[in-house]
Amino acid sequence: MRLAWREALLAFRRAPMLSALSVTTIAFSLFAFGLFGLVALNIRKALTEVEDRVEVRAFIVDGTTAEQTGAAIADVRAFPEVASVTMVTPEAALERARRELGEFKDVFDPGILPASLDVRLKEGFRDPATVKAVADRMKTYDFIDDVRYGEEWVQKLYRIRTLSTLAGMLLGLTFAAVAIIIIGSTIRMAVLARAREIAIMRLVGATDSFVRSPFLIEGALKGFLGGLLALLLAWSANAVIGRYVFRADFFDVRLSVLGVLAGALIGLLGSLLSVGRHLRDV
Amino acid sequence: MIRFTHVTKEFPRTGFALRDVSFHLARGEFAFLTGPSGAGKSTILKLSYLDERPTSGEVKVAGTSSVTITGRDVPKLRRKLGIIFQDFRLLEDRSVEENIAFALEVTGAPSTGIASRVGKLLTQVGLASKGMALPRELSGGEQQRVAIARALANDPMLIVADEPTGNLDERATRGVFQLLRDINAAGTAVLMATHDLELVRQAKFRTIELNHGQLVFDSGAPAPAAAVGDDA
Ligand SMILES: Nc1ncnc2c1ncn2[C@@H]1O[C@H](COP(=O)(O)OP(=O)(O)OP(=O)(O)O)[C@@H](O)[C@H]1O
Ligand SMILES: [Mg+2]
Repeated sequence: MRLAWREALLAFRRAPMLSALSVTTIAFSLFAFGLFGLVALNIRKALTEVEDRVEVRAFIVDGTTAEQTGAAIADVRAFPEVASVTMVTPEAALERARRELGEFKDVFDPGILPASLDVRLKEGFRDPATVKAVADRMKTYDFIDDVRYGEEWVQKLYRIRTLSTLAGMLLGLTFAAVAIIIIGSTIRMAVLARAREIAIMRLVGATDSFVRSPFLIEGALKGFLGGLLALLLAWSANAVIGRYVFRADFFDVRLSVLGVLAGALIGLLGSLLSVGRHLRDV
Repeated sequence: MIRFTHVTKEFPRTGFALRDVSFHLARGEFAFLTGPSGAGKSTILKLSYLDERPTSGEVKVAGTSSVTITGRDVPKLRRKLGIIFQDFRLLEDRSVEENIAFALEVTGAPSTGIASRVGKLLTQVGLASKGMALPRELSGGEQQRVAIARALANDPMLIVADEPTGNLDERATRGVFQLLRDINAAGTAVLMATHDLELVRQAKFRTIELNHGQLVFDSGAPAPAAAVGDDA
C-alpha cells in the first residue's frame, strides 16, 4: 500500500499539466453542481420561510350568521391538511392592517375590511397544489366570496427551484463526463509511460489489483483535490454574492464533505473505467 | 518442478514456435536450454512462468498446471519463481536497494523485514556496498547480480534465466554463472537458456537442445522406467 501511494504521488510529478487539467475539470463539474445547488438551497430556505406563513384567507360575505361561520370552521378544521382555522373579525382585520402597514394606518375606516377565516396548513401540505385544493374546497361555501393565497409567486419559486436543480445536474454531469474522459486519457498515458515498470511488477508476482491500485489512488486523489477546489470556488462565489447582492446561505459541513467525496468518486470512476482496459495492452 | 507434456505453441503470425515438446526438470535440478536463434528457448521459458499458454499440451510448474490455471493464480506462481533476463530489467530511476525491495513490496511483504532482507540478499550476490547506487552506475555484471538478488527475494523454488550472461564479458559471465551454481547448490532448480556453448561444455549440467521448435537432444532425459516420480 505504501508503494501504491508513492507511485500515485509520483504520477503527479511526471505529468503535472495533465494532472492539473484533470483536477480543474473535476472542480468545474462540482462547481457547476455547487452553484446551482446553492441556488436551490437558498430558494428552498426562502420557500420554507414562506411556507411557514402560507395561509389561505377566505373572505366572508357581510351578513353571514355566527352559526354559519361556526359550522364552516368546524368543517374546515376537519380537513386533513389543515392545522388551524381562525376567525378574523373586521375589527381584528383593521388592527392587523394598521400594524402591518404602519404609516398608512389612517387610511382605513373601521368596517371597510371584511371578516375572514384564516386557515393555516400543516407542514408538508404547503405546496402549491395542496394550497389550491384547500382554497377551492372553501370556495364552495356560498357565504365565502373570495379566497386568497400566495399562488403565483409560490409556484414561481417552486419552478425556479426545479429549473436550477435540473440545470445544475445537467451542467455538472456534463463536466463530470468530461472529467472522467480526461482522467481516462491521463491514465492511458501514465500506463504507457510505466509499461516497463508494470511488466516488471508482474514478473515479480504483483497481482492485478496491486498494479492497478496506484492508478486508482491517483484518480481518487485528483478528484479529492478537484472537490476541494470546487468548494473553494463555490465559497468565493457565495461570498461575492453575499457582499454585493444579498446574503445567501452556504452548504453546511455535511454537504461540503459530501461534495468533496463526490469529487473523489468521479476521479476513482475515471480511473476504474480505463485502467483495466489499458493495463491489458501493456 | 517443471513438466512439459506434448507442448505445442503456435503464434498467429509466426506459426509454430514449439512442436510437441516434452521434458521434466526435477526439484533442485540444473538444466541448460540451448539451440540456434529462433529455436524456441525463450518461448519455453515464457511458458514456464505462464507468460504464454501452450496451444496444446500441458505445462506444469511448481504444482500449477497451464490447463487449470486462472488469471489470479499467475501472481502466486510467479512468487515461487525467480526470473532473470539478458537485459536485467531493473528500474532505472530506483536504487539497487529499492529495486530489490520492490519485489518484496509488490508481494505485500510486511515493510519491517524488508530492509534487513535486502541487505542479506545484497551480501549474497556480493554487492553489499552498492545498495545506494543507481543501475546505470553499475557494470553489466553487477546489474545482473542485482537482478539475481531480486529474483531471490521471495525464496524461489526455481530460477528461470533467459541468457543471463548474454550481455556480459568473459569474466562477468563466470561470476554470474558461479552465483547461479551456488544458488542451485543450495537447492533451487535452475532452467537457463544460453548461447554460450563453452559454458555448457565446462559445467557438465543437463542440456536440453532445441531446433526449429523441436526438442532434438536431452542429455538428462530419464530412462522411461525411472520417470515415475512427479514433482512438477
Ligand atoms: N510473442 C510472439 N509472437 C509471435 N511470434 C513469436 C513470439 N515470441 C516468439 N515468437 C516466435 O517463436 C519463435 C521462437 O522464438 P524464441 O524467442 O523462443 O526463440 P529463441 O530460441 O529464444 O531465440 P534467441 O536465441 O534468438 O533468443 C520465433 O520464430 C519467433 O518468431
Ligand atoms: Mg530468446
